[in-house]
Amino acid sequence: MSGRRLLLLGGIGLILSGMLFGDIFAVFTLHQNAARVGANLAAAALAAVAGNRDAVLVNFQNVGAFLENRGTKVDTHVHMIDFGYLALMLAILQPWVAFTERSKKRLAWVFLSGAWLLPVGVYLIHYVGLAHSPMKTIGWASIAADFGGLLVLIVTFVCLVGMWKHFHGKVASPADKLLADRSMEGRMLFAGGIALVLLGFFHGAYYAATDLYRHEAQDYSLLAQMSAGAMAGTRVLIDTALADYGQLQGAKAVKIAAHAHSIEFGLLAIMLAFFQPYVMLRASWKRRWAAVLLLGSLLLPVCVLLELRYGLLAGGLADLAGLLIIFALLAMWIGILRYTGELDASTQATAGSGAPQ
Amino acid sequence: MSGSRRLLIVGGTALAVWGMSYGLWYAVFAEHQGLDSIGASLAGSFVAAAERNSTGREASLEQYREAKYIYDRQVDVHGHWIGLAMLLIVLGIGFDRVDFSERLKLLLAVGLVLGAVVFPLGVLLQTVSHGPLPRAIAIAGSAFVMAALLGSAAGVVAGDSSHGGG
Repeated sequence: MSGRRLLLLGGIGLILSGMLFGDIFAVFTLHQNAARVGANLAAAALAAVAGNRDAVLVNFQNVGAFLENRGTKVDTHVHMIDFGYLALMLAILQPWVAFTERSKKRLAWVFLSGAWLLPVGVYLIHYVGLAHSPMKTIGWASIAADFGGLLVLIVTFVCLVGMWKHFHGKVASPADKLLADRSMEGRMLFAGGIALVLLGFFHGAYYAATDLYRHEAQDYSLLAQMSAGAMAGTRVLIDTALADYGQLQGAKAVKIAAHAHSIEFGLLAIMLAFFQPYVMLRASWKRRWAAVLLLGSLLLPVCVLLELRYGLLAGGLADLAGLLIIFALLAMWIGILRYTGELDASTQATAGSGAPQ
Repeated sequence: MSGSRRLLIVGGTALAVWGMSYGLWYAVFAEHQGLDSIGASLAGSFVAAAERNSTGREASLEQYREAKYIYDRQVDVHGHWIGLAMLLIVLGIGFDRVDFSERLKLLLAVGLVLGAVVFPLGVLLQTVSHGPLPRAIAIAGSAFVMAALLGSAAGVVAGDSSHGGG
C-alpha cells in the first residue's frame, strides 16, 4: 500500500472514530456534565446568600473540575477529526513530497501513530492524573499526548521539507490523475463543499453581526444579576438568572456548532472530491454516497440550529444527519480499501498501467 | 503550477505556520493565565457577594468581563487563522477547476489570502482596542474572504457547465 493511500485510509478512519466518539460523548457525558456545572454554580450562589465564602470556593473548584473533564473529551473529539483532515491533506500533497515511496510510507505510519496517541493520551488525562508521574504538574497521559503531537509535527515538517526539495529541484511536476479527475461525484463534492463553506461563513458573519456582542453583554449581566441576588439574599433573582444563563449557554453552543460544522463538512467534501478515483464502487453508488454525505452535511448544522426552537426533535434529526455522514464516509472508506486490495493483489500488472497509486 | 494556485498553496502554508506559532505562543503565555483570570475573578465576585462587599463584587465582575472578552477573541483568532489556512491550501490544490482567466483567478486568490490574514488580525486587534477600527478591519477581511469564495464557487459552476454534466 502506498503512503498516500495509508494516509487516506488512516485519515478517514480518524475522522470516523472522532465523529463516533463525539456522538457517544454528546449522549453520555455532555448534558450530564453541563447539568453538574449548573448545579455547582447554583450551589455557589446559594452559599454566597448564606455568607459562606469557603463553600463558594469549593463549588467553583468543582465547576473547574467538571469543565476540565469536559475539555479533555472535547479535545479528544476535535484532535481526532483535525488530524484526520491533516492526514487527507498530506495524502493529497504526496506527489509533491520528494522522498522515496518507502520513506513516505514510514512517515505515514509515524504520523498515524502520533495522530492516535495524542487523542488517546488527552482522553486519559482526567483518569490518570499525576499517578506515578516523574513531574509535579504533568502526568503520564499528558506526556504521551505531547509525544503524539510531536510525532505529528515532525512528520508534517518533514513533508514540508520534501515539498521544498521538490519545488527547488529540477524535477518536473508529476502527473497526478487524482487531481485531474472530473467525474460527476468529484464535481458534486467539490461544488457542494464550497457551498457548505460559504454557508458556514455567511452564518458566522450573521452571528457576529446580530448575536455575538448581545450574548457577551447577556453573559455579564446574568452573572451580575446572580451575584447581586446572592448579596441581597433574593433567591428568585438567582433562580431566574441561572435559568436564563443555561439558555444563553445553549444558544451560544448551537450557533457556534452550526457555523463550525458547516465549514468543517464543506472542507471534508472538498478533500474527498480529490479521492473519488480511489473509491472502487459503481459510478451510480459513488454518486449516491456523495449525495448522502452532502445531504447529511447540510442537514446537521441546520438541525443543530433548530434545536433552540424544536428541542429533541431537531436534535434527533441532527443525530440522523451525523449518521448519514458516517455511513457515506464508511462506504467511501470501504471503496478505497477494495481498490487498495485489488491494486496490491496485482501490483506488477498495474505498475505500467498508470493507475493512481 | 499557475500563479493563483501557487499563491493559495504558499500563502495557506505560510498562514498555517503563522497560526500554529501564534497558537504555541498563546498556549504557553496566554491561555492558562487567561483561564486562571476568568475563574479567579468569577469566584472572587461570588466570594465578595458572600462577604456583602458590593465594590469588590463589581470590580471582580468587571475583571471577569475583560478577561473573557480577550480569551474568546484569542481562541477565535487561533482557530480562524489555521482553519482559513487549510481552506486556502485545499482550494489551491483544486483551483484549476475554477473556469476563469488566470488574471481573474489571481485576483480571487489575492482576495482570499488577504481576507484570511486580515479578518483574524482585526479580531486580535479588538483585544488591544475596543474602538470601531479593529471591528471594521475584521468585517473588511471577512467580506474579502466571502466575496472571493463566492467568485471561486461561480468559477467552479462555470467549469461544471462547460463539462456538460458528465
